[in-house]
Amino acid sequence: MTPPLLEVRDLHVEIPMPYGRLHAVRGVSLSVDTAESVGLVGESGSGKSLTLRALLGLLPRPARIVSGAILIDGEDVTGLPAKRLKRRLADTMSMVFQDSLTALNPVMRVGDQIAEAPQRRLGASRGEAKAIAVDLMTEVGIADPERRYRLYPHELSGGMRQRICIAIALSTKPRLILADEPTTALDVTIQAQVLGVLARLRQEEHVGLLLVSHDLAVVGQACSRLYVMYAGRVVASGDLVDLVTAPRHPYTFSLLRSVPDPDRRVARLLSIQGQPPDLAETITGCSFAVRCPFAEDACRDWEPELLPAGPARLSACRRIDTADRWTAMVAEEVSP
Amino acid sequence: MRYLVYILKRLVALIPVLIGISLIVFFLIRLIPGDPAATLLGSHATPETVHELRTQLGLTQPVWRQYLTFLGHLLHGNLGYSYVYSSSVVDLITTSLPVTLWLLVSGTVFTLLIAVPLAVLAAARRNGIADNVIRAVPVVGLGLPSFWLGIILILVFGLKLHWFPVAGYGTSLTEHLRGIVLPGITVALALSPILIRSLRASMIEVLSSDYIVTAHSKGISTSRVVLGHALRNAAVSSVTVLGVNIAYLTGTTLVVERVFSLPGIGQQMINSILGRDFPTVQGITLTFAIMVVVVNLLTDLTHAALDPRVKLS
Repeated sequence: MTPPLLEVRDLHVEIPMPYGRLHAVRGVSLSVDTAESVGLVGESGSGKSLTLRALLGLLPRPARIVSGAILIDGEDVTGLPAKRLKRRLADTMSMVFQDSLTALNPVMRVGDQIAEAPQRRLGASRGEAKAIAVDLMTEVGIADPERRYRLYPHELSGGMRQRICIAIALSTKPRLILADEPTTALDVTIQAQVLGVLARLRQEEHVGLLLVSHDLAVVGQACSRLYVMYAGRVVASGDLVDLVTAPRHPYTFSLLRSVPDPDRRVARLLSIQGQPPDLAETITGCSFAVRCPFAEDACRDWEPELLPAGPARLSACRRIDTADRWTAMVAEEVSP
Repeated sequence: MRYLVYILKRLVALIPVLIGISLIVFFLIRLIPGDPAATLLGSHATPETVHELRTQLGLTQPVWRQYLTFLGHLLHGNLGYSYVYSSSVVDLITTSLPVTLWLLVSGTVFTLLIAVPLAVLAAARRNGIADNVIRAVPVVGLGLPSFWLGIILILVFGLKLHWFPVAGYGTSLTEHLRGIVLPGITVALALSPILIRSLRASMIEVLSSDYIVTAHSKGISTSRVVLGHALRNAAVSSVTVLGVNIAYLTGTTLVVERVFSLPGIGQQMINSILGRDFPTVQGITLTFAIMVVVVNLLTDLTHAALDPRVKLS
């Protein structure tokens, strides 16, 4: 069996604070195969973006990886010296950010920003690098690339800019694109176009995708497998369709229930009660228990671990066995 | 073409500024105690000869008429004749102005040479030893007056080490170049602390922005990220700080020229004030005003050249 393209084992990320430490990522493990599209969902502050940044060694200061291993093609790269690690990671993966306006250098022509990596890293001449950049611009669906090469970020629309960002990500010839909410800043039509570009790259160029989003619709459109994060941990994982049709973790279940259904009239939009826990504190027991509609007293003492929840599925819930009755249980509670 | 129109517009806007400044200077200098004719003729002159000279110089006319005459001459590019030197004010300025411009240019160049590497180093190694030293030294530097620094430089590099001339400007180009080094450094030492502070602060801000993460994610070297991406963005805001301070510095050149006996326009200014040489003072003040405006214009042009988002209008 070939090892996955990217594997992360028990990743911990901490942010030192004036008083104590914020334990933002608490033991995340995940894997992405070649040309696979994987989603990482969770609410703000669940640690999904930090996980993604940690993978490329691009954590914002003072956040740092405390422990964990990153494996590329089965090889543990975490022990490599800093410079070689940076190169190895950058050779394998690139990143696309949420806000394309701030992600692009405002005083540099967009074409030059795409041509930079080919010229500096892949040893292309100026002319060759420019040709590569123009090709990449065509590839991500930018019409008239020669003219647009010379424009600055502020002279392009949001959708165009995000395409430029994808072209920059492609300029290092990566095998996997890490995308952090790449479509959140775009309107729905442009969103679909950008996701279309990423999907085509996967099919035609076999560039995998690890997509971080809080938007289930986006993940549903772009990914085939899903990891659900809550309070710095992966609480559920599995095939997208399975996860959505038959959730096996109360958090996934509650998330899905809070997605408004246009076909059904409801008096009030459903939301998950309460707040996510403070990650600066030590959490004992299941971190979702306080908000969980199915929690028992025992849940607060149960140290969560990922349990098998079906074929290629995991869930960190000790009450999986009751999952089939969750919908009914909630309905009882709501109706008088 | 767009630049040319912009520059022309800015130069036209200079006219009211010059009229305002000429008004202020014209009346201000006449408020200073001391009569040009009496100063020129010395303490042994009789009241009759003083009066005669006053009439000759046009100082007996009403002040408003004197001002109009001055303006009329100004329109013809004539700033009048110096009372003290037997030459026209325009000639005086054209011989001394290049020295001062040299001083400003070399001061700016030395400032950039000192401040840019230090600011970049401090920002890249934020809170490290280098950063703390680089942050502390300028504070001391800001407290040292230029005349004192200049004298120390003369003592060390002129008198002890004989690397540079002690004073003066020489006559050939090589002598000019050698003569301008110490004054230039003196100016730079006054200017660098301000630029280091500003550039370090904007570098730190820029280094934490998203596009720096993007640049890092390309896997290019850190030095390329810092110099190729961060520095230019940081320079955008610091160039304005530098420009304002160079303009402000035209005043400091007075002191530096004095210390190093450079025959510049500042030196000329001091002499003509002491000699109550009204036309020369007026001419030089106008020149200073033009210099300040031109420096500001150059600053804006540099700003626009560095930042494509800035539109000149």
